[in-house]
Amino acid sequence: MPEGVLCNKNKVATLEQLQALLADKSGKQYYQEMNHLEVDAKALWALVQKTCKSRIRTWLEICTHCGLCAESCFYYLANNRDPRQVPSYKIQSTLGQIVRRKGQVDNAFMQMAMDTAFSKCTCCTRCGIYCPLGIDMGVMFSYLRGLLFSQGFTPWEMKIGTGMHRVYRAQMDVTTEDWVETCAWMAEETADEWPGLEIPVDKEGADILYTVNAREPKHYPEDIAQAAILFHIAGENWTVPSEGWEETSLAMFAGDWEACKLQVESVYGAMAKLRPKRMVVTECGHAYRATVIEGPYWAGLPSGKPPVESLHYVEWVAEALRTGKLKIDPAKRIKEPVTYQDSCNYIRNGGLWEAARYIMNQIAEDFREMTPSREHNFCCGGGGGLNGIGRYREQRNVGLKVKRDQILATGAKLVIAPCHNCWDAIRDLEEVYEIGIRWSFLKPLLINMIEVPEHLRAEE
Amino acid sequence: MYEFVTGPLAWLAFAVFFVGIIVRLVLYVRGLDWKLDRVTYSVNTAYGVRGAVRSVLFWLFPFGTRSYRNNPGFTLALFVLHLGLIVTPIFLLGHNILLQERWGFSLWSLPGAAADLLTIGVIVSALLLVLRRIALPEVRIITTAYDYLLLAVAVAPFVSGLIARHAYANSQPWMILHVLCGELFLVAIPFTKLSHFVLFFATRAQLGMDYGIKRGGMKVKGISW
Repeated sequence: MPEGVLCNKNKVATLEQLQALLADKSGKQYYQEMNHLEVDAKALWALVQKTCKSRIRTWLEICTHCGLCAESCFYYLANNRDPRQVPSYKIQSTLGQIVRRKGQVDNAFMQMAMDTAFSKCTCCTRCGIYCPLGIDMGVMFSYLRGLLFSQGFTPWEMKIGTGMHRVYRAQMDVTTEDWVETCAWMAEETADEWPGLEIPVDKEGADILYTVNAREPKHYPEDIAQAAILFHIAGENWTVPSEGWEETSLAMFAGDWEACKLQVESVYGAMAKLRPKRMVVTECGHAYRATVIEGPYWAGLPSGKPPVESLHYVEWVAEALRTGKLKIDPAKRIKEPVTYQDSCNYIRNGGLWEAARYIMNQIAEDFREMTPSREHNFCCGGGGGLNGIGRYREQRNVGLKVKRDQILATGAKLVIAPCHNCWDAIRDLEEVYEIGIRWSFLKPLLINMIEVPEHLRAEE
Repeated sequence: MYEFVTGPLAWLAFAVFFVGIIVRLVLYVRGLDWKLDRVTYSVNTAYGVRGAVRSVLFWLFPFGTRSYRNNPGFTLALFVLHLGLIVTPIFLLGHNILLQERWGFSLWSLPGAAADLLTIGVIVSALLLVLRRIALPEVRIITTAYDYLLLAVAVAPFVSGLIARHAYANSQPWMILHVLCGELFLVAIPFTKLSHFVLFFATRAQLGMDYGIKRGGMKVKGISW
C-alpha cells in the first residue's frame, strides 16, 4: 500500500477529506499508513534540484563542523547536551543526506527526518546567529519540512492544519459566518460596559485593518472584545475583514508553500478590497511572520512587503502609548516582578524588541529581562507548530525546561507573552513543571491599567 | 625540479586558485533567488548592504560577536590560525624574493621572527582545534575524516615551510615539498569547503541581507551579532 487513504502525497482539497483525517483519533491510522508510504525519490530529487540553490547548498557544503551552534540550541541544552541535538548534526544527517544521496532515501529515513525536523527543531533560527559562517539551520529545517510534506511525511496535525487553510482559509474550522457572528456577539457583549463600542466589519478606507489568529474566534473570543475595547479607547478608526481575517499559517510550519500562498493572499485580498491605511496583527508571533515577513514572498510581491504597512500588536501598542492615544494610569502599573517572552517570530525574525521594551517600561515597575533576551532569546519550546503535535509531546515537554529555568532565574511570577505559541508553551510548562507562574497577553493587562477618557465611561 | 614547482606549476596553482574562487563567488551569487531565499536582494538595497556589512564585520574580528565571546579559547585558536594562514604566505620575505625574481614585483615583508611566530601559531592552533574535535562530544559527532584531511592540507605548507627554513643541510627536498604543499592548498580552496576563504563573505553577507532587509533590519538598526 504505497499511498494511504489518509497519509499520502495528496493535499487536502475537500471538507470530506479533512473530516476523515479528523475522525482518525490521534492519527493512529494515519501514522500506520505512513509506515508504508513510498518515497518517490525521482520527484524528491527533482524538487531539490529546482528549489535547493546556492544559499542552502553552500550552507551544507561549507559547514566546518566547528560545533559553535551546539550551545545556541535550546534542545541541545534541554537534553543534557546530547550531541545528537547539535544543529549541524541534525541538519547534515537529514537534509544533508537527501542532497548527498540525490534523493535516494527510504521510508525509514523520511520518518527519521520528519521526527528530527519537527521534534528536534522549532525553526527558531537562533543557531544562525551563532554560526561564524552564517548558516541558518532553522531556515534549512523549514525547507526540509517542505520536502517532507511534498512526499506526504508530515505530522498528522500538520496535514489537518494545511487542510484547514486550504478549505477554510483559516487554521481551524471557522467560517466567514462564524467569524462575523463572533465579532457581532463580542460587540454586543461589550457594548453595555463600553457605550458606542463597535466591531466594524468590512469598513472601507479605515485607518486600521485588524486581523487575528483563528483560535481567537474559536476559543478565546474575549480577545477580540479586548482588542475592540483598546481600539475604542484609543479612538482608532478600525475594521475587521469578513474574509481574509486569519493571519496564521500552519502551512508555514508544515512547509506546504502552496497553502501558504493561498492563505496569505486571502489577507492581501482583504487589503485590496477594503483599502485600509495600515494593518495590525493580533498578539501572535508566527501569524505576523507568515503574513507580514514571509507572506509577500509567497505571494510573489517584488517589494518584499505586504500591500499595506503592517504592524504587530506590540508595535501598535507602543505607538499608541507614545502618541498618548492610550495612557497608563501610573497607580495601576504592574508592581510585582514581571518578565517578557521575546517571541522568535517577531523579535529575532522581525526586529520588534524595542517596541516590546517601550511597552514594558510603561506598564511595569519591576520589569526583569530574561537572560538571554531580545534577538538572542530562546524559543519558548513550543514554536514551529510543536505545541500542536501529539506525537512529539514528550520531546516538547523536555524542551520547555530551558524556558522554565530562564523564567525562574528572573524571579518574576508573571510572564507577558504576546504570542499565541509562547503563551501556550508557558501555560503548558506551568502545567508540567508547576513553578507557580502566571502568564498573560498584553490586552487583558492593558485594559486594567488604561486611563479611560471621561466621555467613554459608562454611566453608573 | 625546484624551478618547475616554483615556475609553471606555481602559475597553474595560482591560476586555478584565482579562477576557482572567482567562479565560486559568481556561481554563489547567480544561484541566489529572491523568491526561494525570500530576500529581496535588489530591492531595499541600502538596508541589505548595511545588513551585509554589519554581518561580515562583526564576525571578522575576534570577540566581535556573542558566539565568539562565549567561546574565548576557540575564538583565539580560530583567529591565530586564520591570521597565520593568510598573512604569513603573503608577506613572507622568501616568497617576496621569489616573487621579485619571477614576476618582477614584491610586497612588504615580515621580519623572520614574526613569520616564525605566525607559523608556529598556525601549527599550534591547528593542533588545539584537532584536540578540541576529539575532546568535545558536540564537535566529535559532526567531525569527519575529511575535516582532518583539510586541516592537514592547510597546515602542511606551514610545517614543511618551517622545516625547510630551519633545515641547515639539504633543505632543497623540504623546499620542494613545501612548495607542492602550498600549491595543493591553493588548488584545494575552490574545490573543497576551504572555499569558505571567499564564501565566508558570501554567506555572511547573504544572512546579513536577510536580516537587514526582511527580518527586522528596516525596523531597528540591526541584530546584535
